[in-house]
Amino acid sequence: MSSRHFVIIGNGISGITFARHLRKGDSQLRITVISGESPYFFSRTALMYVYMGQMKWEHTQPYEPHFWEKNRIDLLQAWVRTLDFDTKTLVFESGDTLNYDILVLATGSKPVFFGWPGQQLKGVQGLYTKQDLELMESSTSKGVQRAVIVGGGLIGIEMVEMLTYKKIPVTFLVRESRFWEQVLPQQEASLIQKHIREQSIDLRLQTELKEILADEQGSVRAVVTTAGEEIACSFVGIATGVSPNVGFLKNTALAIAKGIKVNTYFESSEPDVYAIGDCAEFAQSPGAGRRTLEQVWYTGRMHGETLAHNFCQQPVPYQPGVWFNSAKFFAIEFQTYGLVSPEPSEEIVYFHWEHRLGRVSFRMEMDQEEKITGVINLGFRLRHEFFDRAIREQWRGELVIQKLEEGVFDPEFYAPYHLEIQQAFQGQFGLAISTLKQTFLQKIFGARL
Amino acid sequence: MRKIEIIGLILFFIGMSVFTTLPFLSKYRLSEELLRSQVKDIHRDKLAELIQPIYGQTYSSTYSFLTAYSSYFQPYNEELKAKQAWDQVIWDDYGFVLAKAAMDGPGKTNPWTSLGLSVGLIVLGGILFNLGGHGTSHADLTHKGVFHSSLKNRGLLGLMTGTYLILFYVVLYWFPAYLSPLVWMVEPISQFLSGGPASQWFLYGLVYTLAIGVMGVRMFLKYRDNQYQRLRTASVVFFQTAFAFLIPEVLVLLNKPYFDFKNIWPLDYDFFYDYQLDAFISSGGLGLFMLIWGILLIVVGVPVFTYFYGKRWYCSWVCGCGGLAETVGDGFRHLSDKSLKAWQWERWMIHGVLALAVLMTGMTLVNYFSGFSLLGNITKQLHSFYGFAIGSTFAGVVGTGFYPLMGNRVWCRFGCPLAAYLGLVQRFKSRFRITTNGGQCISCGNCSTHCEMGIDVRAYAQQGQNIIRSSCVGCGVCASVCPRGVLKLENGPEEGRIHEFPILIGNDSIKLRR
Repeated sequence: MSSRHFVIIGNGISGITFARHLRKGDSQLRITVISGESPYFFSRTALMYVYMGQMKWEHTQPYEPHFWEKNRIDLLQAWVRTLDFDTKTLVFESGDTLNYDILVLATGSKPVFFGWPGQQLKGVQGLYTKQDLELMESSTSKGVQRAVIVGGGLIGIEMVEMLTYKKIPVTFLVRESRFWEQVLPQQEASLIQKHIREQSIDLRLQTELKEILADEQGSVRAVVTTAGEEIACSFVGIATGVSPNVGFLKNTALAIAKGIKVNTYFESSEPDVYAIGDCAEFAQSPGAGRRTLEQVWYTGRMHGETLAHNFCQQPVPYQPGVWFNSAKFFAIEFQTYGLVSPEPSEEIVYFHWEHRLGRVSFRMEMDQEEKITGVINLGFRLRHEFFDRAIREQWRGELVIQKLEEGVFDPEFYAPYHLEIQQAFQGQFGLAISTLKQTFLQKIFGARL
Repeated sequence: MRKIEIIGLILFFIGMSVFTTLPFLSKYRLSEELLRSQVKDIHRDKLAELIQPIYGQTYSSTYSFLTAYSSYFQPYNEELKAKQAWDQVIWDDYGFVLAKAAMDGPGKTNPWTSLGLSVGLIVLGGILFNLGGHGTSHADLTHKGVFHSSLKNRGLLGLMTGTYLILFYVVLYWFPAYLSPLVWMVEPISQFLSGGPASQWFLYGLVYTLAIGVMGVRMFLKYRDNQYQRLRTASVVFFQTAFAFLIPEVLVLLNKPYFDFKNIWPLDYDFFYDYQLDAFISSGGLGLFMLIWGILLIVVGVPVFTYFYGKRWYCSWVCGCGGLAETVGDGFRHLSDKSLKAWQWERWMIHGVLALAVLMTGMTLVNYFSGFSLLGNITKQLHSFYGFAIGSTFAGVVGTGFYPLMGNRVWCRFGCPLAAYLGLVQRFKSRFRITTNGGQCISCGNCSTHCEMGIDVRAYAQQGQNIIRSSCVGCGVCASVCPRGVLKLENGPEEGRIHEFPILIGNDSIKLRR
């Protein structure tokens, strides 16, 4: 029992977290991690920084190569072609095979392409893998007069920022009426859009890609929008979302919807086969307000932690806590804790404040009883612990604002935005809020509002 | 903006060329009167006789002058050494003062023009370059492009810059006579400030201070959205200019001991040397104050300030080495080695230097109070070894010369005994920590990449663990490069400061002991 062979397909955050915690919990097991993409675990979120010369590839690897040997986690760089659940065998592209006792699928996502004419042309790509990064580096190394990025979400704006670093003019096509419409309310989206345009980006809202045109060499020459406009360009980045990377599993017995179907114990339809991370789709929402398919960094990590725990100790169902997330749009940081509806509604009470220079804002959403349900902050930092507690304990908005100073996570001597937020809240809700005075040092040396 | 940057760059290079060429444009001609004015009483007659043949001769380079001087002087010393007549050997190195006295050239005849065309253009060019490069309307706290830069990523420019800096330090410490043409051009400033002649150290101090100032401008522009960085920069510029440069010179003018009030033993390794102690004791009330002040900084200042604020209060707000590292060196911070191996080396080396400094000082003091009867020679040899190996080679040549090769904190990380002392306090008894923001870390690695001390910040952040490391100088750059708002430098209660088993917020299924 104790020398069972655990095979993990995928060396991303979920697979690696699983492997690490499994080793911590059990020193006997045999652990093999398979990835065709890269020999070592790297941080996918850092791909853009490598492109922009802010990091080198080796910096994206959180563990040095000797770590894996020391922890007896075998790494295997290979692509899996298919697998046989009955004989518990993996078949690689090379024809080699490997047997497992327990299989954990952590295969992540891949960019979604919507079948546009010309999407296979040279110079058209998504950005997800190490290979995508290398391709993008070579495709944009010279002679790109203009690039077009399709898709107004997180990867889209990353690609825009990357190209801007190389001083390549960019047209940014966003299908919706505002940037990241599924998440950002109107005011936040406007703030970000203004910031995007300040970087000389040609941002086109409510504009969709219709087709991509080729030149004589089979490379991109232009795109055509659904409005019929032709935009000359030699690079097209597709960032219209990601979907679970389950292509090689499609013809097997495994139950798959969008992703690999799992229960809250990450058990798939097949015995001894589990799925975690981006590729796992829960049958039901695993927690209040949580989606069945959550493709963010930290959920992958939590899946890995929980499944490893379940093999080493008394199994528990996966239960995520209060939702949170963060991002950065050029120079403006974004954080969110709890749930904030992107569209206004009768059922919610909200408070919104924006700094006069339009680079910092705060939104708090409350229910009918004015209890906090979530916040979105742009351009300044808030403390996870504080808001996790406030939301979990259903504090009244008034209390959150009163204690807001404790919830700020900005570096020392930064402008005390919380003071303006407190004033604005008093103004909007007509409440007198007792707040802490600034310290003498802060008053003298702190940044001005 | 781009134009200003280019103009700045051109002026900078003209200035650097003049600065580098000046030493080669001088002639040397020594007379007996000049020699006698520069040499101690006890050596005057002997030396005047020995090097008689070079009087009135004109030498067209520093090298030929020094060679001629040595050819007449060295045989005398060698002979005495062979006879073991140690007390008659002339131990003093008169090379620099004689070269300076004998020199004739543009630095001496037109000091202000020379200074303006060299250091002046370097400063002006540097400021313009920084204004052009970082004066755009949007502040950018990221460090984009550093690994695409030849200068900042150990490319040809980086190697050339490193070589130039290393050569400069080698000349400064061991061949200062070659700098005499440059020293002459700062003579008027030295005369004005201290009433005395300029030495190579005065030139170095001036250039060092200006370098911190010029690159401080860059910090101010680059970090104009980051008040912590701006205050920190203002602080190091102030302490360098006032405490390290101006006040000691003015003290000399007032006939008091040269003293830098912010320099602390054991970084200030000769604080307890016999001649220092004698100088303090023989300089009345102020001298005594300096002695007591210096000791108070060691026994009270370091522990108390470090307890409340961490070692950053000194290393990245006050210290001169830190000041240079945080301004001139900021662009090289990412070159520090982040490997586990480097950390292991670091711990042995820095604590080794601390132990050596303590041992040496202990011997010096025993020696001093026992009336030089004991240990005399060993202490002297230890002083000269420490001065050569640690004071000059490690702190100077490697510490700064290696900026473009190993990052801007090589000395602070591997060698500085004061940093080791501050670090021990920070590690075991301090309110300072870098906190991580719940579960927000995405392991991207920007923090680790840009940590000048080579701390693998990410390793802590990704498991929600406070960063408590003796080496952290609290520069705050990990927090500013973090794209997800995860890191924050804080002073807080000691309780719960060290997380043995941190918990990342967000997963309600289990509470992990990491």
